[in-house]
Amino acid sequence: MDISSLVFDWDQLGIVFALLGAVLAALLGGIGSAIGVGMTGQAAAGVVTEDPSKFGKVLILQLLPGTQGIYGLLIGFVTLTQIGILGGSADLTLAKGLLYLAACLPMAIVGLVSAKWQAKAAVSSISLVAKKPDQFGKSMIFPAMVETYAVLALLISILSITSIGGLSV
Amino acid sequence: MSDDYIYAVARVRSKELSLLGRQDIDQLMACRGFDECLRVLNDKGWGGGSAASAEGLLAQEEEKTWAFIRELTDDLTPFAVLLFPIDYNNLKAAVKCVVTDVKPQNVFLPGGSIDPQLMARCVRENDFSPLPPAMAAAADEAYHTLLHTGDGQLCDVILDRACLEGILDCGKSSKNELLERYAQLRVAVADIKTAVRACKTGKSRSFIDAALAPCSTLDVGSLAAAACKSPEDIYGYLAVTPYGAAGEKLKDSYSAFEKWCDDQVMDLIKEQKSNPFTVGPLFAYVLARQNEISTVRIILSGKLNELDDGMIRERLRDMYV
Repeated sequence: MDISSLVFDWDQLGIVFALLGAVLAALLGGIGSAIGVGMTGQAAAGVVTEDPSKFGKVLILQLLPGTQGIYGLLIGFVTLTQIGILGGSADLTLAKGLLYLAACLPMAIVGLVSAKWQAKAAVSSISLVAKKPDQFGKSMIFPAMVETYAVLALLISILSITSIGGLSV
Repeated sequence: MSDDYIYAVARVRSKELSLLGRQDIDQLMACRGFDECLRVLNDKGWGGGSAASAEGLLAQEEEKTWAFIRELTDDLTPFAVLLFPIDYNNLKAAVKCVVTDVKPQNVFLPGGSIDPQLMARCVRENDFSPLPPAMAAAADEAYHTLLHTGDGQLCDVILDRACLEGILDCGKSSKNELLERYAQLRVAVADIKTAVRACKTGKSRSFIDAALAPCSTLDVGSLAAAACKSPEDIYGYLAVTPYGAAGEKLKDSYSAFEKWCDDQVMDLIKEQKSNPFTVGPLFAYVLARQNEISTVRIILSGKLNELDDGMIRERLRDMYV
């Protein structure tokens, strides 16, 4: 019996961890956005029930927590391309797989948390628009501030993912 | 769950735009008479144009508020704090009607959480099990007390105290800070009113002890002791509690004290204007509407009786918006 066939090749797990990273980015960002858009949708529906003329304004506020899901999808897509699942070679060392997983985590975690908090800010802004429609511009700023941190996480994830390929590990 | 009320709170925010503000109150005050006041209120959508009288108009507005709340939520449990007084008032009426063998006619208040006819049947059959346990126990005690002593006031004291204890329990179990603080304020104010009335009518210590509901912001023992002495002792005791201003208002007049009570409620709920979650804003909206209705009632009755504007204005409550 060939002993070497019994030794587990840890590098086979590289692609598994890399894919896990891509999935987490899309999954957690998507969950956060689904919760966020759901919350803001309820608030928007409440305002439109009483005053249908505010539909346009509250719709924009409703959509703000939806961006984290898009960022997560983008990170997932870039990762899949980089690790060779969407064409090319899918050979990765364990170290690289773990690096891809780590690179995806900022978007995954910040996406989930920021979407929920942005939704809370957007719900408050919808209440503001309900009472003072002329303050729509200002009401957009409050939830948009939360977006900053989702964008920062997106940036660091993208920079990391696109740089890992050049590393010799 | 705080997130359960997102839709409801957003609707309430839109509805708050139609609440009467200080300018609306000034407009009503500027009306030359009662009829003009009614016209202004009708223009603002009050009564829907079908109310025959001022009381009818105000009753319609109260009903509109509860219809709106029922539309927003099926669970009225958090509002039990506001519904208990109606239920216990109906229970009093049911007990007295049965004991005095009078057919209940126009004695029940609408809008309670329990059907008054069910209450009347429970009292008639001497079976209070269909009522909530605390209410059933109080109803049983009040019914047998009235039956054996014929003392209507004692019956009222038993039910009023049960009502206040119910309000406190409801506030505590709601896990909502606003409801809890409102329940505390409501019970404390009721205790102060009871102590003042008991003091002025020379009630015994045992009667006062039975009437005052325990409350964490007031020591009812000290309040009862002060009520046995003089109104000044009550004011003196209140001065060392969070209700020191109540004593000052009571020294001025009873109507100033009542205005202070309502203004305290408005101060309590005002922070809900910036809360987009929880049942708090819904609760605040109901209280704001009740305050609005009460203010309009003061203006209408003042105009109807051709009272001096200054006299009406000193009774006007702070508004929510």
